[in-house]
Amino acid sequence: MLLSNLSYVLASVLFILGIKKLSHPKTAREGNFIAALGMLIAIVATLLSNGQIDLKLIFIGMIIGSIIGALFATKVEMTQMPQMVAIFNGFGGGASALVAAAEFLKGGEISVFTISTISISVFIGTLTLTGSFIAFGKLQGFISGQPIVFPGQQLLNALLAITLLAVGILLSISSPTEIEYFYYLIAISAILGITLTIPIGGADMPVVVSLLNSYSGVAAAATGFVLMNNGLIISGALVGASGLILTSIMCKGMNRSLANVIFGAVGLKQESSSSASGKEVAIKSYSTEEAAMIFDAAEKIIIVPGYGLAVAQAQHSAREVAEYLEAQGKQVLYAIHPVAGRMPGHMNVLLAEANIPYEQLKDLDEINSEFEDCDVALVLGANDVVNPAARHDTTSPIFGMPILDVDKSRTVIINKRTMNTGFAGIQNELFGYDNSIMVFGDAKDMLQQLLKDLKDL
Amino acid sequence: MDINILTVFILAIFVGVEIITKVPPTLHTPLMSGSNAISGIAVVGAIISTELNGGVGSYLGLLAVIFATVNVVGGFMVTDRMLKMFKRK
Repeated sequence: MLLSNLSYVLASVLFILGIKKLSHPKTAREGNFIAALGMLIAIVATLLSNGQIDLKLIFIGMIIGSIIGALFATKVEMTQMPQMVAIFNGFGGGASALVAAAEFLKGGEISVFTISTISISVFIGTLTLTGSFIAFGKLQGFISGQPIVFPGQQLLNALLAITLLAVGILLSISSPTEIEYFYYLIAISAILGITLTIPIGGADMPVVVSLLNSYSGVAAAATGFVLMNNGLIISGALVGASGLILTSIMCKGMNRSLANVIFGAVGLKQESSSSASGKEVAIKSYSTEEAAMIFDAAEKIIIVPGYGLAVAQAQHSAREVAEYLEAQGKQVLYAIHPVAGRMPGHMNVLLAEANIPYEQLKDLDEINSEFEDCDVALVLGANDVVNPAARHDTTSPIFGMPILDVDKSRTVIINKRTMNTGFAGIQNELFGYDNSIMVFGDAKDMLQQLLKDLKDL
Repeated sequence: MDINILTVFILAIFVGVEIITKVPPTLHTPLMSGSNAISGIAVVGAIISTELNGGVGSYLGLLAVIFATVNVVGGFMVTDRMLKMFKRK
């Protein structure tokens, strides 16, 4: 046991060093490798120091798991990364719950403390599993991205939570242990994972995925308490903290409380408010040729990519335009809003995939002072995150949300397919501003045409 | 219950908050997939729970080994794939 315990200390140190190296893109890859090494050490030491384990079973499991994991990892598209992380969270939570359940079913004398930690681990792990599968389904489009709500939903959730707590307590204090309670515990946790996730809209998924990430860590830590295993406790705490920090960053990026995201069912039936307000904005629509002339006269250009850009697979075209402009001696930067993708940092990965150097990607705090002396802000498939109403219109649903101040640029060129509203379902007053120009069309086609027109000038 | 284990848990949370707040937004997606792989440490627990002659528990252990290995292998591999793409000028 000494060997495996020492190996967990070493593994924990390597995990921490690995995450530390993630603080810079230059060292990040090395950091990931160090963390993987830590995991390998922990696994090998555990295999060597436990004589009573079923090696054949373990190797079968590891081979199956490795094949599935490797397939996922190599096949997944970068736009699908949120789904993949969601489903992996589910596997992590599921694994922790299964370990705790196996410990319970082993029988023998179990202390009240152990059975309580088993209950917590099974609860969080199962909830993470089913919640993640719903999140996966929504992100992948198997389930409607719209919030699914029904009357009495909150009441049902509250009742389920109370029942769960009661069953957990009964299970812990019943002597001899009543196994039925254990099955109820699993069933209710599974249902709760579903009912808590279905009312959350597609646009709020970044928060949910981060939160489930945190849960998968907490579940691992709880299992660590069951097994009295420091390796699980430390790693679980690290992941739990990570998920929670990302959750809070996402909530701040949308100026919403976590409770509002989870229970607000935002994204539902907003069309009434936008059409009823009837505020038609008068817009100027330009061709790419006219837009090219504006770019030609500009010196500093900031590109604002939104999820629409990724959907249109236009990252590469955006880079081509940017590279052409840079070759003309112009400065090009990218402004990334915290919620610009479908998960934290998603847009950065999508742009990195298109070979855009990370130094050019600026986050909200860095870039907002840059718009004042910017000649052209090019908004590609972003909407709510550039809506100035968030700054001054107290009646707007997005009021208070931190936005990219593109309207402060000399000219704002906005590419959209149609005049449809964004996730929040509201019309964007930016489009009617004097310095705003709309260029309609699919982002990829528009950018390719723009590049051609730039070269023809 | 052993108080030491609680101490370890609490301190680990503080370490986690300290190092994770230093990760820049650019790397938040790899951070998530990487930390996901780390939460696959449950594989250690899964290995222990496949004790010989453990009956049903062993099969739950097998399933746990599969789930956790998917997490570990897939998580680290996809993180590496992403980080490879982050290039300087």
